[in-house]
Amino acid sequence: METLVYKKPECLKKDGKFTFCPGCGHGVVLRMIAELIDEFGIQGDTIAISSVGCSIFLEKFYDLDVAGASHGRSPSVATGIKRSLPGKFVFTYQGDGDALTIGLNETIHTASRGEKITTICINNTNFGMTGGQASATTLVGQVTKTTPTGRNPEYVGYPIHAAEMVAKCDGAAFVARVSICSPASIKKAKEILKKAFEMQIKGIGYSFVEVLATCPTNWGMSPVDSMKHIKDDIEKVHPTGIFKDITQTEAR
Amino acid sequence: MGRIVIDKESCKGCSICMEVCPKHLIHPSSETNAHGVNFAEFKDAKNECLGCAICAHSCPDAAITEVYKS
Repeated sequence: METLVYKKPECLKKDGKFTFCPGCGHGVVLRMIAELIDEFGIQGDTIAISSVGCSIFLEKFYDLDVAGASHGRSPSVATGIKRSLPGKFVFTYQGDGDALTIGLNETIHTASRGEKITTICINNTNFGMTGGQASATTLVGQVTKTTPTGRNPEYVGYPIHAAEMVAKCDGAAFVARVSICSPASIKKAKEILKKAFEMQIKGIGYSFVEVLATCPTNWGMSPVDSMKHIKDDIEKVHPTGIFKDITQTEAR
Repeated sequence: MGRIVIDKESCKGCSICMEVCPKHLIHPSSETNAHGVNFAEFKDAKNECLGCAICAHSCPDAAITEVYKS
């Protein structure tokens, strides 16, 4: 007797193929989000807010209501939608160029206001869609289109650590950083994303999950090597973990 | 024992599934799909597949659409 142990999530469109480069981390995260929406049974009550960058194409893949926002302003659009439709599950899907470089102001203020939304931020340490320019999270020494000799902190400063920064905001309820560099870390990432979703579904507060994802094309690596690069290099600068969980603090 | 179903037109040949499969049962096909990619092909002559679904959870294109275990 055969049993079905995995099926492509219902939330993903049947004919909606991912349009990313081969090996891109976006697909893994989008699939995990779709699985969670299926698990919680909230497909009809979810509004996704797409951002500018590779993260823009949500409506191509998801069988969900999707609203677009201008560059970096997804949390503000999500705030408006959540305040007018408080019964809906509202999440923003952003890249590091959108949430942590252009729209860092919106990210921090939304966290400080404690809006009951969820932000999922894909951190691949560069502006992927426009060809791999340096972003705020680019590692020291990393070669990008705008730092051809490697990021020089004397000239362009140091990378920002978003999850740690958002965790300092009083309004944030759940803040974590995960990576998707191995099957084990993908499993852990899904558990943490589930917790972040629960924070909003139970009405507890703002949740922010930063996902360290691969960008093989702009890193100039093979998909398999770029997964190793996350584990060996990026996780040392941007360590994974849960930085804030108010439900755990209360339990103590 | 298990079996996976690969949607060959969604596959971009990134080879992540080939790397993570604990039994190394996924290989690049000698044929190509509409994108000109040597898509991933599941070959399990000795019925070794565990049905662990690690390949499906690691696939960046959700090209592994079903995993069965028996």
